[in-house]
Amino acid sequence: MTYLSNMTRPEGEPKVLHSGPSSLTSSDSLGRGLGWFSLGLGLAELLAADQIAHALGMRGKESLIRAYGAREIASGVLTLSVDRQAGLASRIGGDLLDIATLLPAVSDDNPKRGNAGFALAMVMGVTMLDIIATGANTVQHSRRGEPRSYSDRSGFPQGVGAARGRARDDLPDYHTPSTSGFSA
Amino acid sequence: MRALVWHGKEDIRCDSVSDPEIEHPRDAIIKVTSCAICGSDLHLFHNFIPAMEPGDIMGHEMMGEVVETGSGINGRLKKGDRIVVPFTITCGECEQCKRGNFSVCETTNRNKEMADKVFGHTTAGLFGYTHLTGGFPGGQAEYLRVPFADSTHIKVPESLSDEQALFLGDILPTGWQAAFQCDIERTDTVVIWGCGPVGQMAIRSAVLLGARQVVAIDRIPERLSMAEAGGAITINFMDESVIERLNELTDGKGPEKCIDAVGLESHVSMSQPDTLLDRAKQMVMMESDRPHVLREMIYVCRPGGIISIPGVYSGLVDKIPMGMAMNKGLTFRMGQTHVKRWTDDLIRRIEEGQIDPSFVITHTRNLSEGPEMYKVFRDKQDSCIKVVLKP
Repeated sequence: MTYLSNMTRPEGEPKVLHSGPSSLTSSDSLGRGLGWFSLGLGLAELLAADQIAHALGMRGKESLIRAYGAREIASGVLTLSVDRQAGLASRIGGDLLDIATLLPAVSDDNPKRGNAGFALAMVMGVTMLDIIATGANTVQHSRRGEPRSYSDRSGFPQGVGAARGRARDDLPDYHTPSTSGFSA
Repeated sequence: MRALVWHGKEDIRCDSVSDPEIEHPRDAIIKVTSCAICGSDLHLFHNFIPAMEPGDIMGHEMMGEVVETGSGINGRLKKGDRIVVPFTITCGECEQCKRGNFSVCETTNRNKEMADKVFGHTTAGLFGYTHLTGGFPGGQAEYLRVPFADSTHIKVPESLSDEQALFLGDILPTGWQAAFQCDIERTDTVVIWGCGPVGQMAIRSAVLLGARQVVAIDRIPERLSMAEAGGAITINFMDESVIERLNELTDGKGPEKCIDAVGLESHVSMSQPDTLLDRAKQMVMMESDRPHVLREMIYVCRPGGIISIPGVYSGLVDKIPMGMAMNKGLTFRMGQTHVKRWTDDLIRRIEEGQIDPSFVITHTRNLSEGPEMYKVFRDKQDSCIKVVLKP
């Protein structure tokens, strides 16, 4: 993208020669990755609920899978926004729902229990990633240390008392200039 | 040279980029000696304002020394001059500039056609603030090309340090304009929502302009302590009801003058359900800005009062109670700052010791630490209020 953008910049304007380290950290990237994963999985659940239900031996649960798809998309949008932590937290809640839904499907009476078991293992793996990403993002974005007091920073070298109304001495009856009448 | 470059949402890098060159006779090149991260840079960091492109250099608060001038400067600047660069690029010749409405200069936005379509009519070109306002490279860099430099500069008296002068380019005149356009009377209560750098400057300006009481609203303890140091009564909106406290401070009548120094990213909180709805709408692109502060100001402002908006809004807001505003006869004043309208007066006030804007600086770092400092500033870590970067 930067290469394309460089090509469109006017002659003489600075162009990127070499890129430095990004403000995006690995935990930001993991969070974003999980957000895109949510969107992808959500779309698949919405559009292919029948096939997923068949593959997992969960016939009759198609509507539930679609609802989970909508939930995944909402989580994905939230995770890709600046409120990443809320998005990741919602993903963990969703993971727990997924696990609770998949557990009965790994019982002996489900002929597709192998597939269901594989899906359960995947969900548990992703849950671990969600927990790691949530922890890392929370640490990264949290306010650390005791707040400093800036009670000595008045900005008035002669003190607040002397500053009160000081500008009125030379602006006794000022008013905002009209946008059509002010003369620079 | 090194520069802080936007590569995408939350992705700023300190890149090596080619040096700027004189492109027009009215250009000058400055060697940047100090620059700062502004609260409105965070709107770009979060990609809330459209029309940024990967490779754009950030920054619109900067000052430095002139190292090269174009042939059309006509002696108004020379090599070695120390200048602050206003964030608005002004031609000084168009009808708006002549009226002092510098932030809506009709000439300097080189993407005028795009701005005409989006805004109805173009506004001035801005440094480092999207291609909607010209796509001009910003000043978080070692060197900067200043277009229309014969008009777009503020000469710095030798008596002022970089730290005292730097904020003449944006946050000091922005806070001053916000308070000035309130037409403050000696009997007024002036309330400032948001105690970030612009809010802090607005507090000092309201004090200088003689308000009876100045009230500052925020939730960050260090910001509130700085506001209190500047003479404000403070309200932590996480601890108490803003409406109740303001009514209590004004004998139930409400404040005469209200200043929104928050803008489009107001805090989202469970205790303010409208902010949750705004955030949800923002995520699915049904609303671009979160106008909680505007709603609160309209509700609490005294009938006949003035609402002043220096906080940046980018597009569409929902559920603004216009009926309430109309029936209460409120006056709205807003806009990007007409920096040069105020700077001569403000330089004099700094020189006379009426105000020293350097009080707001909490972090001074090398330019190469800029990407990290964006995050520190965004997350309000380490009691950060204002970051100055040294190239």
